[in-house]
Amino acid sequence: MSDHAANRPEFLAHHFSTVEQQRDSAKLGMWIFLLTEILLFGGLFCAYSVYRAWHPDMFYNAHKFLNVQLGTLNTVVLITSSLTMALSIRFIQVNDKKKAILFLVSTLIFASIFLIVKYFEYSHKFHLGQLPGKYYTFNGVEGSNPHIFFSIYFAMTGLHGIHIIAGMIVLVWVLVKMINNNFSAEYYTPVEMAGLYWHLVDLVWIYLFPLLYLIG
Amino acid sequence: MSEKHKEHILPLKVYLGVAAALMFLTAITVAVSFVDLGGWNALVAVGIATFKALLVALFFMHLLYDKKINLFVFSISLIMVGVFITLTMFDTLRRADLYDITDGPINKNAKMYENMPVDSTAGEHH
Repeated sequence: MSDHAANRPEFLAHHFSTVEQQRDSAKLGMWIFLLTEILLFGGLFCAYSVYRAWHPDMFYNAHKFLNVQLGTLNTVVLITSSLTMALSIRFIQVNDKKKAILFLVSTLIFASIFLIVKYFEYSHKFHLGQLPGKYYTFNGVEGSNPHIFFSIYFAMTGLHGIHIIAGMIVLVWVLVKMINNNFSAEYYTPVEMAGLYWHLVDLVWIYLFPLLYLIG
Repeated sequence: MSEKHKEHILPLKVYLGVAAALMFLTAITVAVSFVDLGGWNALVAVGIATFKALLVALFFMHLLYDKKINLFVFSISLIMVGVFITLTMFDTLRRADLYDITDGPINKNAKMYENMPVDSTAGEHH
């Protein structure tokens, strides 16, 4: 056992016996957290289904006021950010720290582009009065209760936007640790966990985009 | 430390290929949304989205190469959301069988109806 203690790397917490056990535990814990995130968004997807089933024509008419070009642009931006995130992990796995940092910074840049595009979309809707609930003052949508569509739009994209911001904060923290030489091919669990979170945010958008912007 | 298990390191081609597939599927979804599929549009859109989500989960999130317990946890969350939405729809879609419900504005006096005729005989709300 004395040999075991001497071989313990400094990143291995005392309550784990092996590096592999520590990594597996972190991953399982992260996936259970992601499960709660999916259930959180699941509530909103349920509200979406109910109201779209109740008001199919109003949903169709209201969705025309969303900008498909900007929605498509943001989808491409977010998929690219997911790719750069995956590549950052891939490069820290082979100890190429320079490229790992480069792709982590790219991920943050694409995340910022996403938020900037979202800002332009939101401010346009604020300007027209296409706001949630009782703040809705726009009167160009045919059909009853168009404010419900925009309530759902803002709730879903808003919660998603908050997740983008939270993800960016985590990525900055990971970036600082990476620059400070805290990660290597032997230990990069926080990079991987931040990546899982980032991919989940992308995953939610993959559904939000067709459901909100592309109602056929 | 002899049996030190190395994480699965995927070739770059896999990541680039998956990203290219995701871009292609995005283009398909946008293109298909402008074609009237007679009620099938929503199903096709959700189908393509699910395929994209699978690509992200299996390759970017490494679920294909991880311990299966992680895939299990992920599947449970999707199944529960499915159950949640399906049971809710069983309820809300069949209410008209029991009650006399017609589509109508929640608040007929709302500002947004000022320039629009609102059917005053429509039901109060759902």
